[in-house]
Amino acid sequence: MAEYLILIFEDENAYATAAPEVFQQVMDAHNRFAEQVPQMGGKIVEGRALQPTSTATTIRGDVVTDGPFIETKEAVGGYYLIEARDLDHALQIGKLCPARFGGVEVRPIMEFS
Amino acid sequence: MTGSSPAEDGPGPRSGPRAGRVPGAAAEPGAVPAAIADAHRREWAFVLAATARVAGDLDLAEECVQDAYAAALAAWSQHGVPRNPGAWLTTTARRRAIDALRRDRVLRAKLPLLIEPDPPAAGGAPPGWEPGEEGEVIRDDRLRLIFTCCHPALAREAQVALTLRLVCGLTTVETAQAFLVSEPTMAARVTRAKKKISAARIPYRVPGEADLPDRLDAVLTVVHLLYTTGHTAPAGPDLVRADLVERAIGLARMLHALMPDEREASGLLALILLTDARRATRADACGRLLLLEEQDRSRWDRPAIAEGTALVREALRGARPGRFTLQAAIAALHAEAPSYGETDWRQVAALYDLLLRVWSSPVVALNRAVAVAMARGPAAGLAQIGELEADGRLAGYRYLPAAKADLLRRLGNREEAAQAYRDALALTDNDAERAFLARRLTEVTGLVQGAGNG
Repeated sequence: MAEYLILIFEDENAYATAAPEVFQQVMDAHNRFAEQVPQMGGKIVEGRALQPTSTATTIRGDVVTDGPFIETKEAVGGYYLIEARDLDHALQIGKLCPARFGGVEVRPIMEFS
Repeated sequence: MTGSSPAEDGPGPRSGPRAGRVPGAAAEPGAVPAAIADAHRREWAFVLAATARVAGDLDLAEECVQDAYAAALAAWSQHGVPRNPGAWLTTTARRRAIDALRRDRVLRAKLPLLIEPDPPAAGGAPPGWEPGEEGEVIRDDRLRLIFTCCHPALAREAQVALTLRLVCGLTTVETAQAFLVSEPTMAARVTRAKKKISAARIPYRVPGEADLPDRLDAVLTVVHLLYTTGHTAPAGPDLVRADLVERAIGLARMLHALMPDEREASGLLALILLTDARRATRADACGRLLLLEEQDRSRWDRPAIAEGTALVREALRGARPGRFTLQAAIAALHAEAPSYGETDWRQVAALYDLLLRVWSSPVVALNRAVAVAMARGPAAGLAQIGELEADGRLAGYRYLPAAKADLLRRLGNREEAAQAYRDALALTDNDAERAFLARRLTEVTGLVQGAGNG
């Protein structure tokens, strides 16, 4: 098994203006995802949601600035660290990862042996 | 290292023209280099695919296979060309890989390749096994190799580059020339793709049944792209790049042979054979582009047409034929028609309708418009082209204004036709195509050649 990070990129505005039932649907979808991954033979090592980029602080050298490192319409709003057999397996899992206002990026974790 | 070369005389199951040749110690001059060149073209994919399994690393496998081809020159000159060159090369390359791994365990994991175990054989010996030298058995891993090269996690240009490099055995220089990019650019592209295969753990395997249709489509798309790139070179003096065309035909044959039950693999081979059957007639002696209606049909390659047509019939059996099969069926109708005018245009248009259903592409819609123009008149085709123009997805596609210009010309609307020819010219870099469009522009404007606004 190898580790992959699933980065969830979504439009923050969509969440800012979403109705309460949308949040419930998103929560349900993530709970379902957490059940599906082990059924597929994978494993969620960790998964977290992030506060919006308006809360981010960027540091370059010694300079501290308000805001995210890169301003984009779709920003990382959460992640899962998973274990999968190979990229095909990780992509199968990534396809099920909820991201209704965007998409996900699957990145292999670098291993130092 | 030559001392470790295997015995020359293995059994020869991979029958090529050379298999069965009696090894002769005194080969005529040039025979050995010719045999090596032949084995390079014919066996490279088999040898590399089998070596990658042992090396567990694409770079190391490539190196060992290159070494094996180099060693063949001395060994075959001395002992004669083995009956099964592919098995000899594979055994030599695999032995070198094993030696390298033993020698240097630290360097070993540079670009490790994730090799999936073979699925358990369901009843009887699995297909694709071949006896190698000295009694061992070599699995035909060429499908694993090409599915890995064309993995959807790799960009299309990387898939194409890896396929030419690893499956066809082209050098970086040759691959760069084929796609008109600089050698360092191509080298970087290949290196990056190999690193991704290793770091992201793209598995070295043939996809399972659930993924196979999509994954096969990606492989067939790469082969078709190689063919079309060769069929009409994107730029430069020659209309056709014969080397790329030959490579694409070789790959299509390989896929059809390894997956005889996959109808789209048959469809792609048929499509390429039927299109390529017209190669000799696509330009005149001066390199001028000739349209389908101007081509000398008596010079079309009849054996290729017969083979392609038989493949189409086979592929059309069963429900819902795929996009390559449908395109091949259209090509077959053209190939069998006695003349352009006597082509079954209604049937062609109907096949384009089916094709649009499985492959909603504006390019397909443009081709359908041309068929409709032939079946129901230029005005009907022009109406469909108008819709495509409004759609906007074909903006910048040179064949849209070219097709429009032709229909306007046939309707006698010279002024608008001339404008459309100028639009097409502005988008075309292939010299043969430019000359054709310029000739037509001269015709509709009625200007003497050379008196135009240059």
